[in-house]
Amino acid sequence: MTAKKNVSNAEMLKGTLDMMILRTLLTGDAHGHTIAKVIERTSEDVLEVEQGSLYPALHRLEDRGWVSSHWGASENNRKAKFYRLTAAGRRQLIQETNRWRQMARAIGLVMGEKKLVNEGEQ
Amino acid sequence: MNWRRFCRRRGADVDLAQEIDLYLAEEIDENIARGMSSDEARRQAYLKFGSPQRVRESVWQQNTVTLIDSAWRDLKYAARTLSRSPEFTLVAVLVMALGIGANIALFTVVRCVLLNPLPYRDPSQLVSLFEHSRDQKEVNPYFPVAAGSFAIWQSSAAGAAKLAMVSPWQQYNVSAEGGKLPEQVDAAWCSWNFFPTLGVAPAMGRVFTADDDRPGAEAAVILSGSFWKRRYSGDPAVVGKKIWLDAKPYTVIGVMPSSFVYSSSFGGNTVQVWTAAGHEAPPWQMRTFRDHEFLVIARLLPGTTLAGLVSQLGAAQKQIKADHLAPGVHDAVSGRTMLDDSVQGYKTSLYALLAATGCLLLIACLNVASLLVARSAARSKELAIREALGGGRVRLLVERLTESLLLSAAGGALGLLLAWGALAWLVRARVTMNRVETIHIDGVVVAAAVGAILLCALFSGLIAAAGRDGKQILASLQESSRAHHTGRARAGLRRVLLVLEVSLTVVLLVGAGLLLKSYERLRNTDLGVPEDNVLTMHLSLPEARYKEPVEQVAFLERLIERVRSLPGVQAAGLVTAAPGQGWGGDHMVSVVEHPPLPKGEGFGLMVRGAEPGYFAAIQIPLVHGRIFTSDERLTRAHVALISQSAAQLCFPGEDPIGRHLNDSSVGEVYEVVGVVGDTRWSISQPVHPTIYKPIYGNDYSVATIVIRSARNVETLAMPVQKLIGEMDPDLPVSNVMTLRETIGKSTIDSRFDSILVLAFAMIALLLAAVGLYGVLAYLVTQRTGEIGIRIALGAQREQVLRLMLLDGLRPALLGLILGLGAGAAVVRLIRSMLYETEPLDPAVFFSVTATLLLVAGLACLVPALRAAKLDPVQALKTK
Repeated sequence: MTAKKNVSNAEMLKGTLDMMILRTLLTGDAHGHTIAKVIERTSEDVLEVEQGSLYPALHRLEDRGWVSSHWGASENNRKAKFYRLTAAGRRQLIQETNRWRQMARAIGLVMGEKKLVNEGEQ
Repeated sequence: MNWRRFCRRRGADVDLAQEIDLYLAEEIDENIARGMSSDEARRQAYLKFGSPQRVRESVWQQNTVTLIDSAWRDLKYAARTLSRSPEFTLVAVLVMALGIGANIALFTVVRCVLLNPLPYRDPSQLVSLFEHSRDQKEVNPYFPVAAGSFAIWQSSAAGAAKLAMVSPWQQYNVSAEGGKLPEQVDAAWCSWNFFPTLGVAPAMGRVFTADDDRPGAEAAVILSGSFWKRRYSGDPAVVGKKIWLDAKPYTVIGVMPSSFVYSSSFGGNTVQVWTAAGHEAPPWQMRTFRDHEFLVIARLLPGTTLAGLVSQLGAAQKQIKADHLAPGVHDAVSGRTMLDDSVQGYKTSLYALLAATGCLLLIACLNVASLLVARSAARSKELAIREALGGGRVRLLVERLTESLLLSAAGGALGLLLAWGALAWLVRARVTMNRVETIHIDGVVVAAAVGAILLCALFSGLIAAAGRDGKQILASLQESSRAHHTGRARAGLRRVLLVLEVSLTVVLLVGAGLLLKSYERLRNTDLGVPEDNVLTMHLSLPEARYKEPVEQVAFLERLIERVRSLPGVQAAGLVTAAPGQGWGGDHMVSVVEHPPLPKGEGFGLMVRGAEPGYFAAIQIPLVHGRIFTSDERLTRAHVALISQSAAQLCFPGEDPIGRHLNDSSVGEVYEVVGVVGDTRWSISQPVHPTIYKPIYGNDYSVATIVIRSARNVETLAMPVQKLIGEMDPDLPVSNVMTLRETIGKSTIDSRFDSILVLAFAMIALLLAAVGLYGVLAYLVTQRTGEIGIRIALGAQREQVLRLMLLDGLRPALLGLILGLGAGAAVVRLIRSMLYETEPLDPAVFFSVTATLLLVAGLACLVPALRAAKLDPVQALKTK
């Protein structure tokens, strides 16, 4: 069951992980573990962040200058690498969010979301 | 591609590992908080995270520039494989270094001397013009120009070209001043527009103006940069001061830059001071059409070609000949670019040397390729396994190329150092070569070196890789059995390489043999006099202080008497130019007793002034008649001695004694009193008929002192110079050298060329021998089992020896035949470098054949003997 869920997650997360990481950092600096946790919690455990893509993604984001990193102490007082949203990252997040909204609406239209909902009500 | 990231990826990885550790620790803490046991908490955390290694690898990959990474890996791998067999690596690198180094050095010389434009303004428009006679086709048509012709050329070429003239073979005595010694310097007379025509400006002061270039002008001199630095320590105040040349005051009006050098096929690169021709040359010489004292340079104006100018001036010169029908007046004009004129004499030999180094580089590449093939044969199993496991052919090829690139690069770096050393040596060894001062390694040379390295790497790497064939994988894997198929095939490729190598070696050997033989001939040429223990030195009496012939003669007579009385001097004499020390002037003469010759004809005899004791001192034999007497001087000096060849030329079948010769160049008649032996004026030139006149009188103010001693004649140089210093402290002595040194100096080019080509040929021979040895030794190892069986079955040792020897010698024989053929074809190109040696000299070809067979035989004998001495039991057990 887990395996099945992972596969679907992996497909779903393709292209959206970067956006969600940026969104998570909007509320404040966080290290890798917190980021993963927040995404999972917020999605009510539907999305499970695969670590195999989290760290490469963080790396990529830092490389593009959308996040910066610094070393600090975690809640449990461990040495941790904290990520922070940069100004460029903030602009990128707005752009990606807009695009995501458009996409979601478009896909919704194609899938006839309204109709489905109506049928459900009947 | 992110270079910063690529370079910092190791640090990033450490950071990432730390991040992962943190993640796992946090997850474990949370799991424990949920109530799991610590083991379970750890297990679940790892399950959730997956493989930390995979995450790290994927980030690492993300940070990597793939191409660089794989190239770096190949490089490391190649370095490691090469360092595993250091002897092989060392040999290959040295071979490459020799090949590349020699090529870089020669390329630098060819580029700087032959190809680079002259350092003047717009040098492609500069040409040199000469006179010659139409009927004398076979002799060099580039003859100096008479000042009278120059004046006519200048007006007839107006609008097409700007003409200037220079006479770069003059000399002055610079007087002793301010504690400096007197010295004799090489000098040039030039027309005032010489420097503007070249387009060079003085470093200080000014150049000549038309006003300086006339008989009544105030004497002016321009110093060369090197002379100014050497004699005047680079003092700028010297401009405007007076210096004394030939005991006459000259104002220094300018100093040329040190970089300015004028060079021509008649020399000029040693000129230290420049004076104005119109002021220096006697008025008759500025008007004559017969005394060829000048070189003419011209700057072509837009729209004029060299051929056009030559034909325009040719017409003018033809008219001159028609108007002034006299011996020595030429009727044609020739020209070539100034660059060609300067370097023509070096072209053949430099290109021949470059070709020789090219051969050497090719041999070096073939050798390295052959070594790589041998190595890949030894590693065939490793390579087969890698291919069987899916190693891509391209990957393996790239690996091979990386290996040869590494070898060539190391060789090239070493070669560049070698070239640098070789060039430093060459500049010192060939100081007299035109433009030698411009030789230096520049960016283009380094770029060419890098190109050569890449080409060598590609060449040797590809040849080595071409030997592999995909079908051989299985065979290679099976080769531990007695199937030697692959080994033989590999050796086959090496044999082909060897044939090429041997044939190139033979070509080099033939060239070296010919040059060496020509050098030997040159060395052994008989100058006409015994060469050992003869010292010569030159002096020139300034007319300003020795005005009357009586004074000159008195000085010379006193001088030679005192020299003769020095201890150690066996004999001494005076002459204007000693044998082997140059042309020294020629005059047109006719025989008074013979019917008059047609106008404009006569015998061209070389003229020498000699003192009675000269012939005994230098040991020129008296064939007939008598030598001058000591009272045949000044007004009684109209007697002459002629050389044997002159006697044959002017008096065929007659007794010349008592006859008279009319020297039309000076308009005097001389009575022939004796015939003496022939001497050569230059070691590499044929004997020229000569007439000797008494040096006491006949307007001679230059003299060469010739001293013969029983031993160590060099030790007399100082006492004689001191003696001259006592007699006239302001008289410089120049060209102090023994006759042996004179010959060494004039054979230096030939010696240089032959020694270099010989060195290249020897290296090539060594490489070929090593190659032959290597292939045969490899074959013997490969065929140990087979030979063991043959011997066990009763094959005689001699049979085995013959079998192996023939096997090894076959490529040498084939290469020899190819090389002799190629050599016979190319030696024509170096004909002009050979002295009295035919390009197809049978002795040279024979000794090359013998040498090669001997060396090849020796190289093959060692492994063949090893094969013949095999113990069959041992041989069969090894496999």
